[in-house]
Amino acid sequence: MMPFAYERAADPAAAVAAVTGRPGAAFLGGGTNLVDHMKLGIATPDRLVDVSRLPFDRVEALPGGGVRIGAGVRNSDLATHPLIRSRYPVLAQALLAGASAQLRNLATTGGNLLQRTRCVYFQDLTTPCNKRRPGSGCAAIGGFTRYHAILGASEHCVATHPSDMAVAMAALDAVVVVLGEKGERRIPLTDFHRLPGEMPDRDTVLEHGELITAVELPALPFAARSAYRKVRERASYAFALVSVAAALDLADGAIREARLALGGVAHKPWRAVRAEAALRGAPATVESYRRAADAELAPAKPLAGNAFKLPMARNTVIAVLRDLAKEGGA
Amino acid sequence: MKHWRCARAALRRERGSKPMEARITLQVDGERRALTLDTRTTLLDALRDHLGVMSPKKGCDHGQCGACTVLLDGRRATTCLSFAVAHDGAAITTAQGLAANGALHPVQRAFIAHDGLQCGYCTPGQICSAVGMIEEARAGHPSHVTKDLTGPVALTDDEIRERMSGNLCRCGAYVNILAAIREAAS
Repeated sequence: MMPFAYERAADPAAAVAAVTGRPGAAFLGGGTNLVDHMKLGIATPDRLVDVSRLPFDRVEALPGGGVRIGAGVRNSDLATHPLIRSRYPVLAQALLAGASAQLRNLATTGGNLLQRTRCVYFQDLTTPCNKRRPGSGCAAIGGFTRYHAILGASEHCVATHPSDMAVAMAALDAVVVVLGEKGERRIPLTDFHRLPGEMPDRDTVLEHGELITAVELPALPFAARSAYRKVRERASYAFALVSVAAALDLADGAIREARLALGGVAHKPWRAVRAEAALRGAPATVESYRRAADAELAPAKPLAGNAFKLPMARNTVIAVLRDLAKEGGA
Repeated sequence: MKHWRCARAALRRERGSKPMEARITLQVDGERRALTLDTRTTLLDALRDHLGVMSPKKGCDHGQCGACTVLLDGRRATTCLSFAVAHDGAAITTAQGLAANGALHPVQRAFIAHDGLQCGYCTPGQICSAVGMIEEARAGHPSHVTKDLTGPVALTDDEIRERMSGNLCRCGAYVNILAAIREAAS
């Protein structure tokens, strides 16, 4: 590992100033992904600016029914917070489906959003990877693609985003609050992560030196009936092959409104807008769920090793919606 | 040695700087320890290589096996994915520190009673994790397999398995680890 200078940021503005304009500097939060990348040689910062002790450790109710989550709130604390468990069970479940308890005690909300793909080629310095070294090629395409994207990929990158938390947040219309040199800006979570296109090295729309300070969840009363389901190769402690975050608003056996997002299928948490449109106003039946899933997955382009993700995603969407509707007595 | 010096000199040329050092203090198993270390030192290496506290084990060194689990400011945490410098002032309890005044912790006694180990390498991590996990369950924290997110938690076998999934045992002593934790938690 390369030597690096370490400093603890005195306040948010100082943290931003310490990284902006220094191409080799990086923020350090819980460290569960960055430290690993430094060991592997994927990340080689010459300065770490520790933001883990900044006052971003609170979960607060917002007027009007929303919740503001400090960027430094640990994944375990967020999952167990009464406001999250009662208002947004989909988010609590997504967090509890991720990593292990001893990692969730370290990992932060902001860091979870910024974690990078677990594509085996990205993590292997001996192979080409456009995300790790732009222009070097993609070893996954034509390689082992079991864990890769079926939606929104490009000829340069087929990696998937690994977060569970972010999938639930995508379904909930979360907003990422970011502090930069020029002040604060607010980015809808669904615009926060990028599709790979021709620049797969850029995971998000953040500029260097911009610091996530909070994530805000707008009020969504019907999210009290929401769920996250993760399909993986082990019962626990594995990344998703496919995951589904959903919330349903039902009235008289019909769907008034639905929220749906998929994980494990794309370079970003995948908000299923086509499926949501198909569900709006439809009867709460398995046939409606199937039609919605098919609408979302119509543009999917499976790779040689992951065609199974298509029926897996379809079946998981149907199962989650069916269970949610059953819970609501529809 | 010579090779190592060359590598370090190459690093200095590349960075135009020498390895950075930091002074920190840690409270380890009740004892205040001051140390000066390279900023690159993980909490795990600080404990083992700098302080000689050998009960946290280096398994994968990538946060995947749980062998390095300790109680960090009272909560279970892996120590291989943290830089020690970021935890200046932290209170750490390792498995050896759980045995206060020569008396084993109830979880340690249960592991012995149920033969919850074979080679023993994962055991200190398993024990710290179990101690943290039992506290979490008592505080009503749900897990991935908890049906009612807002209700009290009963530590069924499924709950224990899920909550301990961050600790791998290559010997496969899981059946007895489960029995030990079930007893210690009751």
